[in-house]
Amino acid sequence: MAHSARRDSPELPDLSLLKRLARDQLIYLLEQQHEVDKLYKVEHKPIVSISDQICFLIRPRIQTVKWICDVVNADKAAGKFRRYKIIFTPQKFYACEAVLEEQGVFGDVTTDEWAFYLLPLDEDIISLELPEFFRDNFLAGDQRWVRTAASALHLLHSLFGPFSKVYGIGRCSKMTYESWREQVEQGEQKARHAEIGNVFLIDRDVDFITPLCSQVVYEGLVDDIFRIKCGCVEFGPEVTSSDKSLKVMLNSQDKVFNEIRNEHFSNVFGFLSQKARNLQTAYDKRRGMDIQQMKTFVSEELKGLKQEHRLLSLHISASESIMKKKTKQDFQELLKTEHCLLEGFEIRECISFIEEHINRQVSMIESLRLLCLLSVTENGLLPKDFKSLKAQYLQSYGADHLLTFSNLKQLGLLVEQQPGETLTVMESKVGKLVNDRTAGKLTDAFSSLAKKSHFRALSRKLNLVKNKDHPSYLMAPMLINGHEFAVTADPQSKSDAQRIILVMFLGGCTFSEISALRFLGKEKGYKFIVVTTAITNSSRLLEALLDNNV
Amino acid sequence: MAFITANWNPLGDAFYRKTELYEMFWSLRDGLRDSLIAAAPYGGPIALLREPLRRSPSTRPQLEIYSASGVSITSFPWKSGPVVYLGWSVNDELLCVQEDGTVLIYDLFGSFKRHFSMGQEVVQSQVLEAKVFHSPYGTGVAIVTGSSRFTLATNIEDLKLRRLPEVPGLQGRPSCWAVLTQDRQTKVLVSSGPELYVLDNTSCTAVYPPGLSPQAGSIVHMSVSFSYKYLALFTETGRLWTGLSNLQERLSEVDTKQAATPRQMVWCRRPRSQQPSVVLMWDRLLLVVGSCNDTIQFPLEDQSVLVGELDGVRIISSSSQELLQEVPLVCQDIFKIASMAPGALLLEAHREYEKSSQKADEYLREIKEQNVLGDAVRQCVEAAAHEYDPDTQKALMRAASFGKCFLTEFSPDQFVMTCRELRVLNAVRESSVGMPLTHTQFKQMTLQVLIDRLVYRQFYPLAIEVCRYLKIPDYQGVSRVLKHWASCKVQQKDLTDEAIARAVCAKVGDSPGVSYSDIAAKAYECGRPELAIKLLDFEARSGQQVPLLLKMKRSQLALSKAVESGDTDLVYTVVTYLKNEMNRGDFFMTLRNQPVALSLYRQFCKLQEPQTLKDLYNQDDDHQELGNFYVTSSYRDKRLEGRLAQLQSAVDEYNKAKNDFAAKATEEEMRLLRFQRKLDDEKGAGLLGLSLQATMEALMSLGLHKQAEQLYRDFRVPDKRYWWLKLKSLAEKEQWEELEKFSKSKKSPIGYLAFVEVCMKNNNRHEAKKYVSKVTPEQKVKAHLAVGDLEGAADAAIERKNEAEMGAVLSRCSASDRLLMDKLNRARVTAAKK
Repeated sequence: MAHSARRDSPELPDLSLLKRLARDQLIYLLEQQHEVDKLYKVEHKPIVSISDQICFLIRPRIQTVKWICDVVNADKAAGKFRRYKIIFTPQKFYACEAVLEEQGVFGDVTTDEWAFYLLPLDEDIISLELPEFFRDNFLAGDQRWVRTAASALHLLHSLFGPFSKVYGIGRCSKMTYESWREQVEQGEQKARHAEIGNVFLIDRDVDFITPLCSQVVYEGLVDDIFRIKCGCVEFGPEVTSSDKSLKVMLNSQDKVFNEIRNEHFSNVFGFLSQKARNLQTAYDKRRGMDIQQMKTFVSEELKGLKQEHRLLSLHISASESIMKKKTKQDFQELLKTEHCLLEGFEIRECISFIEEHINRQVSMIESLRLLCLLSVTENGLLPKDFKSLKAQYLQSYGADHLLTFSNLKQLGLLVEQQPGETLTVMESKVGKLVNDRTAGKLTDAFSSLAKKSHFRALSRKLNLVKNKDHPSYLMAPMLINGHEFAVTADPQSKSDAQRIILVMFLGGCTFSEISALRFLGKEKGYKFIVVTTAITNSSRLLEALLDNNV
Repeated sequence: MAFITANWNPLGDAFYRKTELYEMFWSLRDGLRDSLIAAAPYGGPIALLREPLRRSPSTRPQLEIYSASGVSITSFPWKSGPVVYLGWSVNDELLCVQEDGTVLIYDLFGSFKRHFSMGQEVVQSQVLEAKVFHSPYGTGVAIVTGSSRFTLATNIEDLKLRRLPEVPGLQGRPSCWAVLTQDRQTKVLVSSGPELYVLDNTSCTAVYPPGLSPQAGSIVHMSVSFSYKYLALFTETGRLWTGLSNLQERLSEVDTKQAATPRQMVWCRRPRSQQPSVVLMWDRLLLVVGSCNDTIQFPLEDQSVLVGELDGVRIISSSSQELLQEVPLVCQDIFKIASMAPGALLLEAHREYEKSSQKADEYLREIKEQNVLGDAVRQCVEAAAHEYDPDTQKALMRAASFGKCFLTEFSPDQFVMTCRELRVLNAVRESSVGMPLTHTQFKQMTLQVLIDRLVYRQFYPLAIEVCRYLKIPDYQGVSRVLKHWASCKVQQKDLTDEAIARAVCAKVGDSPGVSYSDIAAKAYECGRPELAIKLLDFEARSGQQVPLLLKMKRSQLALSKAVESGDTDLVYTVVTYLKNEMNRGDFFMTLRNQPVALSLYRQFCKLQEPQTLKDLYNQDDDHQELGNFYVTSSYRDKRLEGRLAQLQSAVDEYNKAKNDFAAKATEEEMRLLRFQRKLDDEKGAGLLGLSLQATMEALMSLGLHKQAEQLYRDFRVPDKRYWWLKLKSLAEKEQWEELEKFSKSKKSPIGYLAFVEVCMKNNNRHEAKKYVSKVTPEQKVKAHLAVGDLEGAADAAIERKNEAEMGAVLSRCSASDRLLMDKLNRARVTAAKK
């Protein structure tokens, strides 16, 4: 089932470099500089420790800083004197210091910074692990993370650059680009052999449809259901079939996972059973071996087989667990509804389905997701539906969601349709830009894509990059939005680096998008490296916009 | 070239030469008589204070500063107290030590910089003598007071006064003393009568120079070498003792046969010196004394001053300036009469070559036979560096270049480098510039420092030329010079702001590393805020403009620049500053015009100052956000009354915002809260804070159907929702009769399939079957399947002639249902035909 990749596809640059870099820095920071011997998680509770020196390693969030202030003040009140050190990563914000000052502990703590930007989750995924980026930037209009993103880009540039072409969609992309350029100009220029040629910057708010859809590739489903954290998932007892839960790293090192991660879920079972059969055959080779063969078998193959066996059984039970949840009637109907919404037919049925969904209180987030999907695909809800659906939602899940609605409206995720902007009008606008060449497997990976998805636009753009057409033509598919740019540094010869493409998602991306890019890469002989501020999915996206947790 | 050796004087094995550096530009009326004179080493400037002790206020003494070539830099009347001593710091600042112990510091151009005092007790006892000395820690000052106590300051930049212990038996002025820096400690060597003492921080130790003849008498003059390594002592009987400054070893003792105390005594040696010597100066005589009992005598016509250098002694008189130094070995080798050193032969060969004589070849052959051509070239290059006269330099370099032609593998680096350095040196030695640096000094002081000094003396064009010529990276070279130039330019009072801004911009352009904000800061310091703003406009990095703008109280501008920079920290800094500077109204108005800053501040307020947030929204008349704000804070309020009050405010705001939906929703929430409260009080139902749906659910599960129905009516809950709820709740409590009654109460808005499914979910097939018949035809098959009635499903499907449904039923059939399958398959075939 694994597609044979095009033979001419280039090698990915070695991202484990980043990991080693970060690890060394951290060890140096904690052990050499601060002699840290025990690690705890920072939480809002008193710290029980006899140590007279406490070191906090935190994100520059005001909330966390306030917790620390409480700790310090509590210690002071108890007459305990300790030394406190706060290490902010990736950078210190003035606002945090202001909080320290206001709480009267500025003199008691010393601060430091650890410029840690990039966490490679896999050989082609790098995460900034900044889930708050989305809310802060797109909802609150707080641009504090733009610089961080630019610094991350700068780091990649200095390690794997120089980039010859940079494309971007969205306001935040533009700002990130500018901030990065500034850093490049201030730093020294070193002529090196480029490992990454092209860069795409994409704002999350350019496309909300993709993350609002249910994911159907294996990795995406695992994320939706079990939640992957930093490339690591915790399978509960129902998967491990024991009473303990198990933490598993999900990356390309896991051979079984690597082969199924990008597959549509319906194909996964077939593949897994095929794999199981292969494994059995491999085990069966034992029979009729003489001693010598047995010895080589044990020393060379058995360990790998055992390992594979373990992983295989894990993924099979995970798939079963997913199956159990997903083959229920409601899921099928859910998918059908999504499909209808994307394709734009039987909208009334969809609305009543959503209504029922809300009435039956199936799930707060799911209901919200469907509402948003409806609004985004239909270019806003009719005033009548808008009111009644919202009212029903409030009745079901509590009036505090009034604030959530206000947030969603601000982002344009759940809006009232403006007169004269019906879907048909918009569709004719968009239809001119995208034609319906169905791209074989792509539809499979996405079940069916929204016509307006920028994802299609992305793949189109790549075609054009290959053709090396006139650069202004590249901009054409993206003229719907106001902030696109394409900057070409110097036309270099077609090298491997030109076919290594860095895609940076500002505000998070989903596993479905990653697997779609992987697929595209395989088809066209490109290699994509995804940099994202965080891995997201529909639930995370919407949870970030809830406002009832204050 | 015999004449080169004409001014060579032998001293032991070595030669000493005296070269004229400059005819002095100055014309001094009284020569150097009755003046305090300070000349800085490394070709530094000369300061001159006439008649420092003249006390009458009517005729103030004149302080004059000259370049080393005697070009006047500045001159001004001395208005402060009587000066005891003048000295130069390493940064070319003039230190004037006054009688009362105050040290005034002036820059090269005579502008006062700062002052410090050498201690309170000095004001009483007065300074008798002072010395400025240089150590690895910077420039220091040492004084001896009227009460015969020494006070030291090792570094004037980081002033720490050290009072040294008393010297036993010393009354009044010591006969002579010197400052030593040894083992990272600064000490004073003082001669008191026949005794010699070393004073350090804590003790005063008597010392005895090894090998000093007992009949030599007491020491009347002493001198420490430039590097603090050697010491020379002159006794009252005219004997000169030289040795190491740690007094462990004697180099020599020479009888100078001069009874008078010399006016000045300075070490004259160079690194790797062959014959270190001491130069002694009397009124009419200059004596060079080496360690080999030899002496050289020069008559002096004019009163002069000796300046000790790293590799020689400068002799400044009122008319001229000369350099006395030991002839470097390499120059001796080349120019010594009848020298057969390779360099000498090469020079000769080249000379013959110029004359087109075949002798050139002979000389060359001779060198090549000995295989020393490389050495010869090196010698010539090296000697050229040490020569002061450009013609000699040229001759040597040409010879080197000539010799180089016959070498295949010879690195040209040294040759090229020396050429360039000589060009630079010749340029700065030019009497209009007046920095008589030798190559050795230049190497010691480094190019960076040379450029700094040129800049400091405002020789900007020359400094830039030098940077460009030596190809120093812009960042360290040209840009640095331009920065200094611009900072100096903005201080020119006679030019308009516009003219200066234009001039600066034209010159500086966008040279890397020049920060316009630094220049602007300078302009602001000089009291030209308008100019500063003009200059700031040129600053490309807006982030750099902000601090100065804030300082200049241009806070609005600062804020917009901070926003432009994209650095949120900077924005925040300005916002905090503004918050403290402005009154609230203005502050909010300012923020309103800067959305980025506003949202940043809002984020902060949300967590830190909710009340400010409210004020912000109020200011903007943002009723929607105010409503949201009240809703948010209502959740923080634990008491119901408070909560309701907050919600009421929210309703008012939503009404103002014309958001009817939100207003209505909030009103309903209030009603619900009151209702819940009532029920909680009456029945202890624990409903407060639940959503409407959850409340109804809770009520039903408590059996309070009446109240639930009341809610259903009051809140106009959609029928569908209510039916679902009731259905679920009844089924869960297995009140099947109630359920049946309910199902018949009116036509179900959610259909009857739901009843079937819910019953099945609660494992009651019997009840479920009751509702199958009521299900609409479209859902019948599903309903039958749900209760597991395959035949019923099959019948329904066949009746509807729906192929897909038949298929669905078929897929559920197992092998035992053969009959049914056949039936279905048949029906399918017929259906397909139609």
